Amino acid sequence: MVGELVTQLTSPSFISHVVATVLALLIAIVIAVAIAVPSGLVLGSVPAVRHATRAVIEFLRPIPSVALIPLALVMLGFGPETKITLAVYAALWPILFNTIYALDELDPLLVDTARVFGTGRMGVLFLVALPSALPFVLTGIRLAATTALIVMVSVELMAGSQIGIGYFIMEARSGPGRMDQVLVGTVVAGTIGVLLNNGLERVRRRWVAW
Amino acid sequence: MTKFLQRWTVFAGLVVVWQVLGWLADDPFFPPPSKIVTAANEWWVLEPANFTGHVVPSVVRLLSGWVIAGVIGVSLGLVLGRSDRAMEYAGPLLVFLRSIPPPALVPVFLLLFKAGTSMQLATIVFGVVWPVLLNSVDGARSVDVTKVDTSAVFRIPRWQWVLGVVLPAASPKIFAGLRVSLSLSLVLMVISELVGTDNGIGSQLMQAQREFDYTRMWAGIVLLGVLGYGLNTALLAVERRALAWQPRSRDEQHA
Amino acid sequence: MSNMLEVADLGHTYGDHEAIGGLSFTVRAGELVCVVGPSGCGKSTLLRTISGLVAPSRGDVSLHGSHLAVVFQDYSRSLFPWLSVQGNVEFPLRSLPRAERRARAAEALEWVGLGGAARKRPWQLSGGMQQRVAIARALAYRPSLLLMDEPFASVDAQTRFELEDLLLRVRREHDTTVLVVTHDIDESVYLGDRILVLSGSPARLVADLEVPLPAERDQVTTRTDEAFVELRSKVARLLNVGKPTMDVEKWAAAERESLSETVSS
Repeated sequence: MVGELVTQLTSPSFISHVVATVLALLIAIVIAVAIAVPSGLVLGSVPAVRHATRAVIEFLRPIPSVALIPLALVMLGFGPETKITLAVYAALWPILFNTIYALDELDPLLVDTARVFGTGRMGVLFLVALPSALPFVLTGIRLAATTALIVMVSVELMAGSQIGIGYFIMEARSGPGRMDQVLVGTVVAGTIGVLLNNGLERVRRRWVAW
Repeated sequence: MTKFLQRWTVFAGLVVVWQVLGWLADDPFFPPPSKIVTAANEWWVLEPANFTGHVVPSVVRLLSGWVIAGVIGVSLGLVLGRSDRAMEYAGPLLVFLRSIPPPALVPVFLLLFKAGTSMQLATIVFGVVWPVLLNSVDGARSVDVTKVDTSAVFRIPRWQWVLGVVLPAASPKIFAGLRVSLSLSLVLMVISELVGTDNGIGSQLMQAQREFDYTRMWAGIVLLGVLGYGLNTALLAVERRALAWQPRSRDEQHA
Repeated sequence: MSNMLEVADLGHTYGDHEAIGGLSFTVRAGELVCVVGPSGCGKSTLLRTISGLVAPSRGDVSLHGSHLAVVFQDYSRSLFPWLSVQGNVEFPLRSLPRAERRARAAEALEWVGLGGAARKRPWQLSGGMQQRVAIARALAYRPSLLLMDEPFASVDAQTRFELEDLLLRVRREHDTTVLVVTHDIDESVYLGDRILVLSGSPARLVADLEVPLPAERDQVTTRTDEAFVELRSKVARLLNVGKPTMDVEKWAAAERESLSETVSS
């Protein structure tokens, strides 16, 4: 097992699987943040929009991203688009809800203070609301990153894309039945998850110390 | 009432927009809702065998897996949480488990999946028990000192201590864990059916995919959405009743 | 009168910090005894050892009765938010048949003037009313000895007077034996039949004083009574109030004790 781990970690083809997964993951996270944070800011600061969209969101959220695999496969094919799209879908929710939650927790006194100094609505949003929401948003991103990783590996595993850790695992299982390679793949995927989780937690602690 | 209208007006509006766009575009990938509803009707209502043979087993698997996991998680969690000795042994393991986000176990289960309902059930139970267990441990440990002292002074019987003090004190955390587990059960149910079996909503999705029947695929996804929404709403209603004693009524919580 | 509680050479040590240094006293049946001492002198530890929550390092505590009840300072955490007021009062009575349980709880709530609040949740009541619920719960248990740990320290002055009079009334009506731990000298004189004055950490018995006041007391006239004023000054002198004798060493020790108490519990 350890020997196999070393062998694989020095093998260029395994490395390319890892790189493919990590790259797709980073793209998915960036897209998810770009969609979820602005949406969260709008939903969190305009109650009317929030009430209006609640039914839609509550209906969409419980749809498990894995249920979308068959549809995404036929619509988007076996390329990286499929796994990125599904990972984005899965990663949206934690970021969105944490952003909304953060705005709920916003101290009204801070807003009043800013208003007193003549800050406009947009100014309040970007100078007061966003900074004070940042810790929650980062927590959301941390949760989203691990969820996205899981979805990504699951999709690779089930949908047989041509490259990625999940694909490596599936190949090892179905082809030669190499259980040691399956384990290596799983351990590496888990390690990426833990590194992401701890890395983002450290970022939150270091840069957002308030 | 106005809020209710506000909520569902936009929802209905979006459905209408989708309907119109679906008609105009006439794209097989995006069938309008009317077609999806018709497909669902043909699939599950006009052929009840499909409903009893696929939807019902799925829901039964999901619920029984979740309930079993809930019972195991809560009882084990309360015991562990109130026993220093047990925590000495299990503590490091729990710390490790806590660092793993619950969905991270899913790929592992993908590897373990084999055909057969009992195996599927076992996998769902094993996959969703952790959030309940960890939250029950946290909840049981959070009984404050004054309540522990009060119970000790009045020398209440053991069953009253467990059911009357520890369980209610831990219940807010337990419910949070149950919510996470419920949505995880849905995910594991779908995955297990996509991979493992010849019955269930997931296997019907795969069947529709093989037949390139996009409308039925959408119907399956919508059904899963409705199922998830319904289960979550039901659990929230139960939680709201069970935790009505809490001084500050908590609004909807998003886990 | 027979003794209800006998404490003999009671001592307790947390690590190498001595919280109680050998206390001996008795409480007679039907008596209300106040234990007064400076903050952090080990009063709470004393109460915890008497109630059996902490096993003392040395010495004996013997209760000549079947069971005791405690009213804690922190009523908001001592009452169970998931039970109604009635449910809280019934809490220690689970072994009784339902009808008797109901009757006893209703009766105890009447005693403290909360007959109408039985169905409410404790957190819907004011602080003073919550503490009355805690008192009703203790009384419904029919304890041989009622222990009270700074019971009125967390309520405002007006409520405090009301609760003090309530305590005097119910214990007279039901002949309850009570031990009240307090840091408030006035309160100890106003409530007590006897006052045990403790020294600073480690707690030792400095004086055991009879209170020469009639059983009937009144917030206005009793507090201006010559005997009251005289006894209050005497206790204050015993406690060295007003003299800055509390040195840094002692403060640190007191701090450590209160810390270790929270940790140990």
